Amino acid sequence: MRARAIAALLAVAMLGASGCGDDAGATGTGAVTVFAAASLTEPFTTIGKDFEAANPGLTVRFNFAGSSALATQINQGAPAHVFASASPANMKAVTTDGTPETFVENQLVIAVPEANPSGVTGLADLTKPGIKVALCAEQVPCGAAAKKALEAADVKLTPVTLEQDVKAALSKVKLGEVDAALVYRTDAKAAASDVDGVEFPESAGAVNDYPIAVLKDAPNLTAAQAFVAYVQSDKGMAVLTAAGFQEP
Amino acid sequence: MPARAGRRVPAPLLIPAGLGLLFLVLPLAGLLIRAPWATLPQRLTEPGVLTALRLSLLTATLATVLCLILGVPLAWLLARVEFPGRRLVRALVTVPLVLPPVVGGVALLLVFGRRGLVGEWLDSTFGVTLPFTTTGVVLAEAFVAMPFLVIAVEGALRGADTRYEEAAATLGAGRWTTFTHVTLPLVAPGVAAGAVLCWARALGEFGATITFAGNFPGRTQTMPLAVYLALETDLQSAIVLSLILLAVSVTILAALRDKWITSP
Repeated sequence: MRARAIAALLAVAMLGASGCGDDAGATGTGAVTVFAAASLTEPFTTIGKDFEAANPGLTVRFNFAGSSALATQINQGAPAHVFASASPANMKAVTTDGTPETFVENQLVIAVPEANPSGVTGLADLTKPGIKVALCAEQVPCGAAAKKALEAADVKLTPVTLEQDVKAALSKVKLGEVDAALVYRTDAKAAASDVDGVEFPESAGAVNDYPIAVLKDAPNLTAAQAFVAYVQSDKGMAVLTAAGFQEP
Repeated sequence: MPARAGRRVPAPLLIPAGLGLLFLVLPLAGLLIRAPWATLPQRLTEPGVLTALRLSLLTATLATVLCLILGVPLAWLLARVEFPGRRLVRALVTVPLVLPPVVGGVALLLVFGRRGLVGEWLDSTFGVTLPFTTTGVVLAEAFVAMPFLVIAVEGALRGADTRYEEAAATLGAGRWTTFTHVTLPLVAPGVAAGAVLCWARALGEFGATITFAGNFPGRTQTMPLAVYLALETDLQSAIVLSLILLAVSVTILAALRDKWITSP
């Protein structure tokens, strides 16, 4: 009952914020609220603008955050229509309308300061004395992937820090506090002016799947489905691959 | 004699006071209601929990000591010495209160980090690096918590009767002797209250710590960091960790309050 009360409150707040509500019905107008993993921020913002341009009358609102935080928000009644998660585990935590589909994959690279001053060429180099490494904590997807990749390579390394998300790990490289960090290729690409991404073969064994789904009881079902279809269209995929994602 | 006055508490005070209390206490009730009481003892004995708790208590206490050493003299300077730009300095002291702690952590990195203004020199001269160390946690906590101490002590100093200090000076005491023998005992309750606030803030510190000192179990992972990461996978475990931190801090603060702080 408490959860329903919270959901009602949030819905009222949402309506107040939009000022128009769901008067659009099933004709494909109105607003779609998309909860998406933080790593999708740049490509989804672009896709959202393209989608709005292609569908006059439709607006897309985004909430970008860590996938697990988003799943918690959705389960506590936040008014999301679409969820794009950086891990299948977080997608499983919510109730979807239909089966979630993997729309992109992301792979790890070793982020090093520009021009690679420590000469890192693979995972084994990270265990060299004097090399400080930042990993993501095991509890977040990039940390789980890093653990898998390190195990696959049979490399045992002691990081100086286990960061709370991939952007935090990357910022430690940008600031020069660590010599390397395991981050997603997309994050390294987005920070290409400050860091280089070193590819390594073992990352193929720790690919991260990104599922997307319309959430159960989404009020603007047609529009939500239209957005999911647009993301998976050639135009959407072009934006995503340009950002460093791979097609599944 | 406020206790004797049998008049009713005016409603314009009572109602907002009650609402204020509810607002502060309800989230705590939420934690208590959702806590997985059945598995609580077993979660308590998980080794990582005690490590994080010990580190939290240690770093918050060290940060408070650091704040006392630096903050009390600073508060005295602001309260007792006229100097140009005092208002600006007073405003600067409160900067860490306004700054989002994560930004504070980044700022600390830019100064004390390996490539920072001071940090680079520390590294090349002494081979000392502060980020990712327990010392780094203490620094981050002290940065965020010091304003609480300075403001409390400065308030106490301004409220204290300066005639005692003047009398001490008339009797031949220097400024230092006056400070240690007259001023400090006079404002001791204010210092204690400030230290308690400072300790509590340091204990709950999250943003500056995780940004500046990173997160590594046993070295820089304090309770708030452990709670945040537990939240990524297991809400119940995060609730348990929060309750442990709350219970320990409330117990310590209540014990100290009875012992030290007689006047509020």
